Amino acid sequence: MSGPRIVYNEGYLDEQTKRVVRRALLKGVAIPGFQVPFASREVPMPRGWGTGGVQVTASIIGPDDTLKVIDQGADDTTNAVSIRAFFEKVAGAASTTRTDEATIIQTRHRIPETPLTDNQIMVYQVPIPEPLRFLEPRETETRRLHALEEYGLMYVKLYEDIARYGHIAKTYDYPVLVNNRYVMAPSPIPSFDNPKMHQSPALQLFGAGREKRIYAIPPYTDVESLGFDDYPFEPQRFEQPCEICESTEVYLDEVLIDDQGGVMFVCSDTDHCERTLTARELDQSNTDQSNTDQSSTDPITDHITDPLTEVNA
Amino acid sequence: MSTLTPHNHTPGFATPVRDAQQVFRAVLQALARPTTPQPVIVELLPPAPLGATIGAVILALCDEQTPLWLDQALRASPEVCAWIVFHTGARIVDSAGDAVFVIASSPHSAPRLADLARGTDEEPHRSATLVIDACCAPTIGALTASGPGIPGVARWDGAGLPSDFLGQWHENHSLFPRGVDIILAAETAVLGLPRTTALVDADTHEHQHQHQHQQEQEQEQEQEQDKRSA
Repeated sequence: MSGPRIVYNEGYLDEQTKRVVRRALLKGVAIPGFQVPFASREVPMPRGWGTGGVQVTASIIGPDDTLKVIDQGADDTTNAVSIRAFFEKVAGAASTTRTDEATIIQTRHRIPETPLTDNQIMVYQVPIPEPLRFLEPRETETRRLHALEEYGLMYVKLYEDIARYGHIAKTYDYPVLVNNRYVMAPSPIPSFDNPKMHQSPALQLFGAGREKRIYAIPPYTDVESLGFDDYPFEPQRFEQPCEICESTEVYLDEVLIDDQGGVMFVCSDTDHCERTLTARELDQSNTDQSNTDQSSTDPITDHITDPLTEVNA
Repeated sequence: MSTLTPHNHTPGFATPVRDAQQVFRAVLQALARPTTPQPVIVELLPPAPLGATIGAVILALCDEQTPLWLDQALRASPEVCAWIVFHTGARIVDSAGDAVFVIASSPHSAPRLADLARGTDEEPHRSATLVIDACCAPTIGALTASGPGIPGVARWDGAGLPSDFLGQWHENHSLFPRGVDIILAAETAVLGLPRTTALVDADTHEHQHQHQHQQEQEQEQEQEQDKRSA
């Protein structure tokens, strides 16, 4: 009783739409940090769920590509799984959860912990591309401010944070200055990830579907997080290691593990966490084999057995 | 305008979707990594004197929304005009300043950058993209390129651009964020020159570098003096 099967163009979008997006991408790359308007089309998901990222990915992806999609660092959330499945179906592209195997990484809210390489493209899903939007609601005015390189408003906002809280209180979507010219919203990534954008070997593309803007940072481009000489930008830091894989210097998520308010801190980058844990276990089994008389109980692995299953559930 | 007849009817991309995607990816990487050639492997037989790679770039990027300007050699060929119009639907314009894509069949036939659309301060993206067929072009000497997309500095041979090009490019570069972007199409590769790329003669580069350094030092000294007097 199935109806006729709908056949979409390869990559879902029609060729005309792809060309519009592609031309916007080229101008975006030529003017790092500048928001290029484009005719955002409908894709099979609601606006605000990553339609900009999906349109950018659809316009660049080919059958030779391997796509990774992360949502807050995780490969296994609904949105990430659906978008991966979508492109497997409509673009014939392979997909992966491993950062080092991906050629295109579409992301919402994180940059992977594994260092990016020259042959990778990052695609960011952007909810609000205009960094000045909450300071100046008029689009005509923000455009002029960008044209005049007039970013006083943004510095006043950062200054007010310092006056009120003693430090710059913004911890995500922390504004950056790209190539010493445009102030740009890096999408709601944690400020922890901001330093990874600076001189990144990978090309970084940003798509805002609802707001109809595309912008880009070419590889090896200066990306400076705003700050003052006496109050410089300070990315978030974490004191404790990940409770699953013991990685340090990574971005951690707080995960509730019981009804008593118990929490654990684990890597937000699931791929990084899995691979570090596997490598560590391999290492451990090797050493266990070499000196068998030593007992193999590991307090940490024992401790996290229950929470792990809960996290994966 | 010439019409298409069975005699001048040569096909476009064999697999339009995949070929367009491959060519676009090469152009995207070319503009993202200036002066590094990006391979374009597409079978295409556009009518002479249009080269295969430049033809592929036109098919991949142009449509009825992008007015095209063709240089004299291309414009004089009715087959080329007919081929482009048939496959893309693009309008061919008389004035280079009205075009979104400006197509030149050789580095020497390219119009002056100052005559092309360079966008406005508020809309710098509304500028022309100059696509030049640089097949078999002789090198013009050693240039040094720097800017976004280039780790450190890169050496480049200049791909046969005319001798006054460097001066024009310097002006174009200084207009940032306004400016023209260039795509150079060689036999089996494309090479990008976005407005952000700074080009200098390799011989004068070191001298300029020293000069810049001196200027910076002087500026710093001035600033310190200003601070003291304030």
